[in-house]
Amino acid sequence: MILTRLLSLESWKRWLWTIIRLVLIAGLSFVILYPIIQKMTTAIKDKSDLYSPIVVFIPEHFTLDNFKQAIVMMDYWETLLNTFVLSGTTTILTAVSCALAGYAFARLTFKGSNLLFAGVILTILVPPTTILIPIYMNLKDFTLMGLIPLLTGKSVNLLNSYWPFLLTSLTASSLKAGLYIYIFRQFFRGIPKEVEEAAYIDGAGVGSTFLRIMLPNALPAIVTVLLFSFVWQWNDSFFTTTYLTSSKVMSTQLASLPYNLSILLEGGVTTNKDPFFMSMVQDTGILLAILPLVILYLFVQRYFVESIERTGIVG
Amino acid sequence: MRAVMKLKQRTYAQQKALWGFLYVLPWLLGFLFFFLIPLFYSLQYSFSSIKADSKGMTIEFIGFANFIEALTVNTNFNRTLVESIVNMVVNVPLIVIFSLFLAVLLNQKFVGRAIARSIFFLPVILASGVIASLEATSLVQAINEQNASGGFFSAGTIGMANMMIRSGLNEDIVMYLMDAVERIYQIVSQSGVQILIFLAGIQTISPQLYEASKIEGATGYEAFWKITFPMVSPLILVNVIYTIIDSFSRNNMTDLIKETGFTTFNFGLSSAMAWIYFLAIMVILFISTYFVSKRVFYQD
Repeated sequence: MILTRLLSLESWKRWLWTIIRLVLIAGLSFVILYPIIQKMTTAIKDKSDLYSPIVVFIPEHFTLDNFKQAIVMMDYWETLLNTFVLSGTTTILTAVSCALAGYAFARLTFKGSNLLFAGVILTILVPPTTILIPIYMNLKDFTLMGLIPLLTGKSVNLLNSYWPFLLTSLTASSLKAGLYIYIFRQFFRGIPKEVEEAAYIDGAGVGSTFLRIMLPNALPAIVTVLLFSFVWQWNDSFFTTTYLTSSKVMSTQLASLPYNLSILLEGGVTTNKDPFFMSMVQDTGILLAILPLVILYLFVQRYFVESIERTGIVG
Repeated sequence: MRAVMKLKQRTYAQQKALWGFLYVLPWLLGFLFFFLIPLFYSLQYSFSSIKADSKGMTIEFIGFANFIEALTVNTNFNRTLVESIVNMVVNVPLIVIFSLFLAVLLNQKFVGRAIARSIFFLPVILASGVIASLEATSLVQAINEQNASGGFFSAGTIGMANMMIRSGLNEDIVMYLMDAVERIYQIVSQSGVQILIFLAGIQTISPQLYEASKIEGATGYEAFWKITFPMVSPLILVNVIYTIIDSFSRNNMTDLIKETGFTTFNFGLSSAMAWIYFLAIMVILFISTYFVSKRVFYQD
């Protein structure tokens, strides 16, 4: 009896599948983790280990010099704080404005709302490079439809401040905001109408239905949007290098790290510029930049990775 | 009585519409000021010659000269455009299929699932923006890669390709698959978001559907095609679009446009390039959306 069960096709199939799955997942995980592992080992290596043929992953001479170098060079702690404030604020504002818009497009349709939604799609499709120059000009002489010159006499230069980010995230038109609206709309559309109708019949208004019924149901969408917009704002170099030229934010600091490093090496203690050493410090800088994200991710991933079953009509 | 009901119903619908408009309003403002008006200006710039100095800008209409310059005079533009579009067309189907497959895989129960999931979403954090661009220039990585690719792996793929061709598979398909294997890091690192979107979609499918199908005797394969696939089909469209727009942030075209605009200050030419690029992408998007949206299934 046990033998037949052991030899049955079903159990063989299951075992085979398990093994294939294990190999696939382990292999792909390695592909993903390899650059990070490599950066970590590079970061704690001494310079001499770079040329040593016997050192691959575990360094022979352990050192924290690379970290010290990169921290000083990037002005790490100040940069960290700046980036955190900027990303956090834009993330929350973007999530709120996009959730509102997404819900309205999904369920609170009005005359012309489909046309406006076509506008959302358009904002997703148009590459940000296309409208970058006019926006740049606009922010350089910000007038708010001629209102600001009326009050103060001249237009305001919003470049090099956090205002461009605040304004765009408040109005749901920041980095990839169209995508977030789309995600929210798809999610709200996927929630059965009965849930919402039950809330209306029980006497809830539009606002409280949205807040207390629809939003908890869309938790996966909310966590997704929050994480994405935080991470992308953190890593974004496209807008930050355009809007913020002198402020210390992670992505600009990281982008200018090779340059700063070469200046330091030219005039600093070590006079010979070693490209490998530069690359080493740069790798350490990248590691430092993504470290907060990875730590944050460790906490957050539980929420969107854990299965979030649909409540309401089925539960 | 019925008349009163009707009246109430209409006001209720109107109320909903009003709320809807209010909810959309922040976005609408942003859309006007940070999108539509700049888009209009960008179009205007692309048809004009712009001279910016300390006093301000002078805009002069010069017709299609910028477009002609981009397509015929500029040495990089055509090559970069074709390159980035070919790349996109090759990568998009691979990424979408791969991420759907992985999402289904990661949704199954197995030991270490939580860890596997966390690893597969890591590229969302790591492979975006400035980090990816700096990684490309990392010397240490280049050296290690050279050490690592010691014949074995590449020989293995070539042998595999020969075997598949001999077994009668179409050569183009084999080449495409081989190409996919070579690009595996690129594909994996670009499909984090897509996996996440698919996984979130799969998890909103009610388990009752699977239970019912199991009782009726459906296999896992059938359950995938009859339940999972239709239920996540709206997300396939999302992911196709997402994959296409995601390539904006990391391709050479964007760099070229930005460079033309901000280092040589040729705003007109830069806008013209951006518009040609945009139109090319629109064509691709329309074609793919047409084919995908035929199969999409919605709840309502």
